[in-house]
Amino acid sequence: MTSLSLKDVSKSYGTVEVLRNIDLEIQQGELIVFVGPSGCGKSTLLRMIAGLEHITGGTLEIDDEIVNDVPPAQRGIAMVFQSYALYPHMTVYDNMAFALKLAHKSSDEIDKAVRAAADTLQLTHLLDRLPKALSGGQRQRVAIGRAIVRDPKVFLFDEPLSNLDAALRVATRIEIAQLKESMPESTMIYVTHDQVEAMTLASRIVVLHGGNIEQFGAPLELYERPANTFVAQFIGSPAMNLINAEVTGTGDTTSVRMSDGGHADAPIASLDADKGKTVKLGVRPEDLTVTESDDYLVSAEVEIVEALGETTVLYFKAREGEDGLIAKLPGIHKIAKGTTIRLTAAAEKLHLFDGDGKSFLYR
Amino acid sequence: MLENPAVLGLATIILGVGGCLGYFFLSNVILDKLFFPPRGEDAGKNINRANMVRPWLFLFPALFALTLYLAYPVFETLRLSLTDRDLGGAFVGLENYRKMTAEPKFWEAVRNNMLWLIVVPAASTAFGLLVAQLTDRISWGNLAKSLIFMPMAISFVGASVIFKLIYDTRPVDQNQIGVLNAIWLKFDGGLGSVLWLQVLPTVLLLAFAAIVGYVAWIFVRDIVAKGSDKSVWLLPLRLLLAVGGLWLIWLSLSSVVSIWFEELPFGEPQTWLTIPLWNNFFLMVVLIWIQTGFAMVILSAALRGIPEETVEAAIVDGANPFQIFFKIKVPQIMGTIVVVWTTITLTVLKVFDIVFAMTNGQWETQVLANYMYDKLFRANDWGVGSASAIVIMLLVTPILVWNVYNARKEMR
Repeated sequence: MTSLSLKDVSKSYGTVEVLRNIDLEIQQGELIVFVGPSGCGKSTLLRMIAGLEHITGGTLEIDDEIVNDVPPAQRGIAMVFQSYALYPHMTVYDNMAFALKLAHKSSDEIDKAVRAAADTLQLTHLLDRLPKALSGGQRQRVAIGRAIVRDPKVFLFDEPLSNLDAALRVATRIEIAQLKESMPESTMIYVTHDQVEAMTLASRIVVLHGGNIEQFGAPLELYERPANTFVAQFIGSPAMNLINAEVTGTGDTTSVRMSDGGHADAPIASLDADKGKTVKLGVRPEDLTVTESDDYLVSAEVEIVEALGETTVLYFKAREGEDGLIAKLPGIHKIAKGTTIRLTAAAEKLHLFDGDGKSFLYR
Repeated sequence: MLENPAVLGLATIILGVGGCLGYFFLSNVILDKLFFPPRGEDAGKNINRANMVRPWLFLFPALFALTLYLAYPVFETLRLSLTDRDLGGAFVGLENYRKMTAEPKFWEAVRNNMLWLIVVPAASTAFGLLVAQLTDRISWGNLAKSLIFMPMAISFVGASVIFKLIYDTRPVDQNQIGVLNAIWLKFDGGLGSVLWLQVLPTVLLLAFAAIVGYVAWIFVRDIVAKGSDKSVWLLPLRLLLAVGGLWLIWLSLSSVVSIWFEELPFGEPQTWLTIPLWNNFFLMVVLIWIQTGFAMVILSAALRGIPEETVEAAIVDGANPFQIFFKIKVPQIMGTIVVVWTTITLTVLKVFDIVFAMTNGQWETQVLANYMYDKLFRANDWGVGSASAIVIMLLVTPILVWNVYNARKEMR
């Protein structure tokens, strides 16, 4: 069942267009993550769904009902803010009960809802405290509790972990995942710029860039079959290497040749017209391996070696028109700085992007 | 040439500023070179010692002036209030206080001061808060705020002169130069008068009663609501609010009734400042006009300091603009509101210039400060005058302490 759908939604401030042609169909029970660099419009999109920003164009439907002009409280959404936005003058109990009081629920009903939420989030012993007497993680849980008591159709999270320290972030991320599991019926939309949060939490990820949706798909689909160079480099760390290459053979398998003599046959279909064109060959750092044979992908001079024990990360000298390559090899490798080595990768791990950065797979 | 006031003024400034600089410079030099030179065996120790003494060097002029001009007069006034001038300054115990409390004019002053104390801080703070909230989001808000703040730059006496002109009265056959009378004479008991003097006030009073009722209900509802904060000290506060609200509602409703039965003296210019009880309010308007700007500036800054996300959270939670204002914004700036309220209360307790310049305490408008001035400088009775000064100080002190306590709490 479709829980939330955006049709051709756009947003502009005066003449500045910050979001355009946003089309999304979100099913009930999904956890959707909006991810993208700062300024990509992900928070704006979330605030438009919440009703805190006016929708300039297109329609927003929640449960098959157009809610463009419905006030936030009647949309059936609840939001968890980046800074938690707890009411500083109210106790934890009152913070969670506030929305229900405004909705004129009976006090028994309010009490039951608040205590149930507090129980789920282990906040029962803190109900009488003021927000200032809570730690960061506890405040975060109160903010989530305030959303839960309203029993919304859609939960909205706006970078909820960005104010927490690293250790707490991991713990809270797992808590949110468990919370989602305990509420399989509710739809959640989660905004973050952290790709680890996106990959671990999402059932599907929306990658936003410059006000456009770059790709919408399951986390591993984005990793394995990125639609363009932006997604390819945004998902995965370190970012995917892009190497300039010339198409030498087309068909079900595409052959490319690099300027330094390396070559590859990728099992990706191409058209006859592609022959001779310059394309980008994409290969993830973790897919590269060192080789001695003449059948190599690329050869480059090692500039920096980072030996981490479990992996060895090699940074290569950049060549003209390209970023420096990065290779992430499992285990310990004794490779000296300044040596030139040959790298190769399994054919099925290769990606091809045309001159506009679009993947050959999605043409 | 040397008697020219400008030259004298310039000389005073040069002497004053130069003296200050000279004092701070020389005293520090003496401290560092003579008493604790940072040399020799105890260099480190001497630097620490000098730094312990240094704050006192800087504080000394202020402390000295405060002692001379504030602390000493308090004790001297206390002593004078226990002596009698006619007996050559002999000690008479509490005789002056007995004399003072036997005077009806004193009790009139106390009653009026209480009236000022309730009306002016409440009205100034409420108007200031209202203006601060209303001008927050509009493009010409800053212009409006500048205009409303402007009276702060006018002295109390200047403002009194302005309002004396507004309240001015001329005989019936002459042109009225007072704005209030000019307006008043426009009414003749016809349809316009009914609309402006009966229908409009009725609507305003009913709206006021409705708002008071709504606000009181918001607070009172929590007495019966389950699960909310039921601290012991909140209950009397809420009951007080409920009673105050009911009283205000009753007052406005009964006023509505009286509006329709009152016989108004149309066509006669009124001497506004001589109408007992009402003239007190005409005087208070002057101070409210001045203090609203002060309240507005402080409260506007406080409102801007409220995290925008808490307001947005309240919107998502379903709060309407009234609920956002009264349940989210006002509680978050309550500390500032209390500081503003008590600061204005202090000004009000000391109010003197406005009454002195406009009525001089006649027609039942006497206040304590003007009463003190009357006794001290007109009746030349330092005993009773000092006694009333001590009464004013006793009234101010608890509010002052409360104000300082709150201001310090705000700063944390």
